[in-house]
Amino acid sequence: MAKTSTRDRMSNEINAGSMADIAFLLLIFFLVTTTIAEDKGILVKLPPWSDEEPDITQLKTRNVYSVLVNAQNMLLVRGEEMDIDDLREKTIEFISNPQRREDLAEAPNKAIISLKNDRGTSYATYLEVYNELKAAYYELWDDLSRQKFGVAYSDDMPVAQQKVIKGEIPFVISEAEPTNFGEE
Amino acid sequence: MSKFQKKRGKAKPAISTASLPDIIFMLLFFFMVVTVLRDAELKVKVTTPYATELTKLEEKSLVNYLYIGRPEKKYQPIYGTRPRLQLGDAFATVDDIPLFLEKHKVKVPENKRARITSSLRVDGEVTMGIVQDVKIKLRKSGQLKVNYSAKKKPQ
Repeated sequence: MAKTSTRDRMSNEINAGSMADIAFLLLIFFLVTTTIAEDKGILVKLPPWSDEEPDITQLKTRNVYSVLVNAQNMLLVRGEEMDIDDLREKTIEFISNPQRREDLAEAPNKAIISLKNDRGTSYATYLEVYNELKAAYYELWDDLSRQKFGVAYSDDMPVAQQKVIKGEIPFVISEAEPTNFGEE
Repeated sequence: MSKFQKKRGKAKPAISTASLPDIIFMLLFFFMVVTVLRDAELKVKVTTPYATELTKLEEKSLVNYLYIGRPEKKYQPIYGTRPRLQLGDAFATVDDIPLFLEKHKVKVPENKRARITSSLRVDGEVTMGIVQDVKIKLRKSGQLKVNYSAKKKPQ
């Protein structure tokens, strides 16, 4: 009979006082392991692999904007040395060709940028060049977007509008097989 | 008057802590959801370069990471000082990339596989040679969406 009496005395509730402590432990663990570092970068779509070299000799030379980066991280743009700070401006001029010059692109949708680097080029330089070329296109898209839709170009705008803009000024970069002069 | 006195006498001074665990759990769940556990220990030194035209990577589960850089000091006696590729937790060669991509791919639901992005986290001082080899291997493996990881340029 003693048994029943102890049962009666026991309360039916489980003591939840330590629950908070357990939750705290878990909380602290997740606080410590959390990294809210977001990953950003330059998004690139590589061309699919084919064994044949793409033939760019058929293209008119006026439509091709060749950018070469050598192992000393120097730029040769259309046969002339160029400073990287000028690259964006010159690229925009080449693509849009506001003065209808004979030696620049016929139309924005015919312009092709040909990028070639050396195996000894530093990655930072390569990315900087790529960044400038992309920035040139973004500026052109921005202008066109303001003209057509009255808003600045952004990746959040409706896909249909993005398509219209990219249809008029497509982003075409052809990357040639790099030379090998300066690899360590 | 006697009414008030009676009530006062009965009231217990203790505040109920029963809802405390609930509050803590709410915080806990918040952190559990935003947490990304660091899955790989970096064995190569990677300082990504600066850029301006950045795109944010959206879904973490659709991203696989390839690290390229010089081995950390403690690994240099074994692996040398030339830039190396790191896949997941270990040093790797370019030939390991297809298997690495495939292993990541099977974990992703089929309808999302087209959106898988490879994040190339490359040290700025590395030369393009090894990056080029990796790029060619990625193209041969059909992994065409690539993100060159970079930091926002401070103004």
